[in-house]
Amino acid sequence: MSLKIIVLAKQVPDTRNVGKDAMKEDGTINRAALPAIFNPEDLNALEQALRLKDTHEGTTVTLLTMGPGRAAEIIREGLYRGADGGYLLTDRAFAGADTLATSYALATAIRKIGDYDIIIGGRQAIDGDTAQVGPQVAEKLGLPQITYAEEILNVDEANRRITVKRHIDGGVETVEGPLPIVITVNGSAAPCRPRNAKLVMKYKRALGKQEMAATTPAYADLYEKRPYLNIQEWGVADVEGDLKQCGLSGSPTKVKTIQNIVFQTKESKTLSGSDKDVEDLIVELLANHTIG
Amino acid sequence: MNNVFVYCELEGTTVADVSLELLTKGRKLANQLGCQLEAIAAGSGLEGIEKQIMPYGVDKLHVFDAPRLFPYTSLPHASILINLFKEEQPQICLMGATVIGRDLGPRVSSALTSGLTADCTALEIGSHEDKKAGKTYENLLYQIRPAFGGNIVATIINPEHRPQMATVREGVMKKEILDANYQGEVIHHEVSRYVSDTDYVINVIDRHVEKAKHNLKGASIVVAGGYGMGSKEGFDLLFELAKELHAEVGASRAAVDAGFCDHDRQIGQTGVTVRPKLYIACGISGQIQHIAGMQDAGIIISINSDENAPINAIADYVINGTVEEVIPKMIKYYKQNSK
Repeated sequence: MSLKIIVLAKQVPDTRNVGKDAMKEDGTINRAALPAIFNPEDLNALEQALRLKDTHEGTTVTLLTMGPGRAAEIIREGLYRGADGGYLLTDRAFAGADTLATSYALATAIRKIGDYDIIIGGRQAIDGDTAQVGPQVAEKLGLPQITYAEEILNVDEANRRITVKRHIDGGVETVEGPLPIVITVNGSAAPCRPRNAKLVMKYKRALGKQEMAATTPAYADLYEKRPYLNIQEWGVADVEGDLKQCGLSGSPTKVKTIQNIVFQTKESKTLSGSDKDVEDLIVELLANHTIG
Repeated sequence: MNNVFVYCELEGTTVADVSLELLTKGRKLANQLGCQLEAIAAGSGLEGIEKQIMPYGVDKLHVFDAPRLFPYTSLPHASILINLFKEEQPQICLMGATVIGRDLGPRVSSALTSGLTADCTALEIGSHEDKKAGKTYENLLYQIRPAFGGNIVATIINPEHRPQMATVREGVMKKEILDANYQGEVIHHEVSRYVSDTDYVINVIDRHVEKAKHNLKGASIVVAGGYGMGSKEGFDLLFELAKELHAEVGASRAAVDAGFCDHDRQIGQTGVTVRPKLYIACGISGQIQHIAGMQDAGIIISINSDENAPINAIADYVINGTVEEVIPKMIKYYKQNSK
């Protein structure tokens, strides 16, 4: 009795800590100036997966991410916290994907992995805030979905059923459905456990193919002796992807224009915090019935 | 054919405000495009539901009434939209950027390979020239939304794929009855033609929905705090001011993320949109996502110790000072001068 869980995770620019140098003069984003992080809600999803691993013996947790070579960091981060392995989906053909093309690529990779009971990811990524990839992956795989999950309450392996508490507008509900299933996890769910020191020692030299090509690893023979240090990378051909459905060409939505934010300045009065200024303002607002 | 569709979200047999707002917007888009406005209502016990929907200028209402269609679950509602859209070929489909809309929209767009843009803050009709392909498109839906953490505003289009789908949050569009006696057609569809038995795979076994604890959206005065409030205790000061002014308390995402205030009071693109006659921004820098949720306020007062805070650019009154100093003074002088 054991579960096969795939965790969908994304490396995202930390849009919450955007500094002044984040935008270039021409109005495009200076990605190099933004730290790349594990998408926060994907960490909530990873925790739900690891909890099932804690309680269901023999369960395996496999990470799946898509991105450039440096996104192998996401797999390492997952390994440090208790995941069993991971795949980095990386290919120039995947670049420029909107949510639909992203879902297509992830779905082909999930089919290639083949064996799964639960596919779980964050509700949404902080660089897009769309919440679309989870349901779209479910549709592409012909699976049911439970979005906005707060907690997986129970998995009944014998009957292949799962019970989940989820957030809804103005409340909560508990739903129950069959395996396999796609679940997206809300940011209000339990936070992810920290890295495990032993696992950090074990996996700190784990590298993806592109990372290995970019640097000469200090202990080249290590990667033959310890195959778990090789982070698997897949391109379009590895997952038998249809190029027409990948990347920019597989994206129905196009960006027409991008505007840098410029606020319209209107006439404004500047006041100090002095007693007189504050009292004058209150009196003025009372006089014109803005406040009563 | 090729009309504007709005998916009407239901709690029991009540149409959600966000859907009525989208019907109002949908009517305007349909007028601009010279096409009809159609609506979809799927749930159970929907007799007379048209009374809530038609006054917004709906030409055709598609009703799907079956016991298992409420509470909402993903697959039956997705099948209704997917199969109906294959027959009706809408050019535009709008739905609320609610938990339901954000669960349903992507599933439908994936099945129809159509583009979907989440959390739009404006919808417009316009043309597009694709210079590379030498093609010009007329009457596209411009789906406008802040992106990349609110540092940019993007206009998204779907040149080739239909329907052009967009979700919009509650309160972003205005709700306005067109004509209380508007005459449209009501079509009761046979649900089993659209939904197969195998779609009913998720069972809702327990459900709690509470009426909102506050009326932030409808408040005429909003006192909002940002990260600059410093702490949960700092927010107590705001509640005190709000109590005096008969106002509601709101918060920026930064303040909510920091745990100063409950998430249901968040104002902005990913929270509530407010249109009060007075908005007092306390220690809020004014990220674009926040601005998107309050820029239509009548009068904006910004209290900030940073005179370069972006919100000051849209404020009517800028008070250069710390919130700890200014807010108690506001309370004091309000008490002294009112009555």
